[in-house]
Amino acid sequence: MDFQSCVNIKKEWDIVGARQLGRDISRKIGFGTVDQARIATGISELARNIYLYAETGEVCFEALEDMNKKGIRIVAIDKGPGIKDISQVMEDGFTTSGGLGAGLPGVKRLMDEFDIVSQEGEGTEIIVVKWLR
Amino acid sequence: MSLLKLDLENYKDLLKEYIKTKDEQALYQAEQFSKHSMQQNISPEEIINIHIQALQEIYPDMPEYIQSSMNFLLETMISYGLAYQEYQTLREKQLELKSEISVAANMQKTLLSTVKPDLEDVEVGALSVPAKQMNGDYHHFVDDRQGTLGIAVADVIGKGVPAALCMSMIKYSMDSFSGMGTDPNVILGSLNRVVERNVDASMFITMFYGVYNSNKHTFTYSSAGHEPGFYYHKDRDEFEEIDVPGLVLGVSPEVTYKQYEKKVEKGDMIILLTDGVTECRQGDRFIEQEEILHVIKQYSHLPAQGIVEQVYKHFERLQDFQLRDDFTLIILRRNV
Repeated sequence: MDFQSCVNIKKEWDIVGARQLGRDISRKIGFGTVDQARIATGISELARNIYLYAETGEVCFEALEDMNKKGIRIVAIDKGPGIKDISQVMEDGFTTSGGLGAGLPGVKRLMDEFDIVSQEGEGTEIIVVKWLR
Repeated sequence: MSLLKLDLENYKDLLKEYIKTKDEQALYQAEQFSKHSMQQNISPEEIINIHIQALQEIYPDMPEYIQSSMNFLLETMISYGLAYQEYQTLREKQLELKSEISVAANMQKTLLSTVKPDLEDVEVGALSVPAKQMNGDYHHFVDDRQGTLGIAVADVIGKGVPAALCMSMIKYSMDSFSGMGTDPNVILGSLNRVVERNVDASMFITMFYGVYNSNKHTFTYSSAGHEPGFYYHKDRDEFEEIDVPGLVLGVSPEVTYKQYEKKVEKGDMIILLTDGVTECRQGDRFIEQEEILHVIKQYSHLPAQGIVEQVYKHFERLQDFQLRDDFTLIILRRNV
């Protein structure tokens, strides 16, 4: 029963659209208020990274369901400059958006699974999953 | 999860109690609750969530706008929760780093250890205290057991780990010079070439090298831009500065150092130090040279080791027990 929907990120306003869609899907899956807020914050961070560094890209959502668990998968894809040193951006205290963003380590903390693939000059793909407990 | 549920019950009761009595007792328990939550790594948005749930149970017909406003508050706490988690990770990392540095500092102590010689005619006092965990000062004794004692005092411009790494190199170079004789100018010349080749141009090392010959009672020395030491003439009861020219190590590959010699009389003292001693500060004021000499004189009735320890204690206290630079002081005194 997988369904997938995406939001294109071109302007700052699209970050709000991505949050909204992600929150709606999480609510339908059954996430509580705290987790909805965490998921929305994670989406914000991913979408803002696209907006700030890649200019365009998309954030896609997928409801996950198997025998014994439910969850949400969020995939952020862009064709931007890519990340040269992933270990560095995953380091605590190394925030790129002027020190105020949660950064990618923050996204990792908000979610249960985190994966990132990036190629310099080609783009970045970040896949995160949060499971319903 | 069950712990959280348990906490919800607890929180609900506390909140109810407080709303009813406005009692300080309940507030004290709220403080305990928040400390306990922090121990369990519970972030602020979860506390707000517990608060919302408790409110709903206490007031089943709570107005919808209150509910919405609480959800709004919860949303604003998410980033604080993240910052709190990050802080905890960084704190753990800092502890790790600290213990790693203290292992390195212990290793440095072992690597750079030197045995204070026990001689018949000359008495030696030596003390070196780092400002931070690792020492950028260095002193070393070379006792050939045939009547000559070599004494090296060095200071890397800079403190902490880089300075300490640099000092280990100096020590091993000096060990490898053992067959080259004991002339201070030769030793400084060779060290200069090692430093020039191996150390970053922005790092400087100053060194004083002296040799005490207890057969002739002479002190031969050279300096590579090192802080001037002092010579105490017992007969005149006077101090004289040992200020000799010489370029700091590592600036230019071909430097020749001049060598000087002094006849040492009974009761005379040779005082070697680093700028951590002469640049002691009391508030914003650097201490005067006379003050150091005055303090040394004040304790000159003690054995040489006693003098260096008392002088250190004096200036440690003067600087409110916070050294600004590594402190090294060596005193030699001819007794017989």
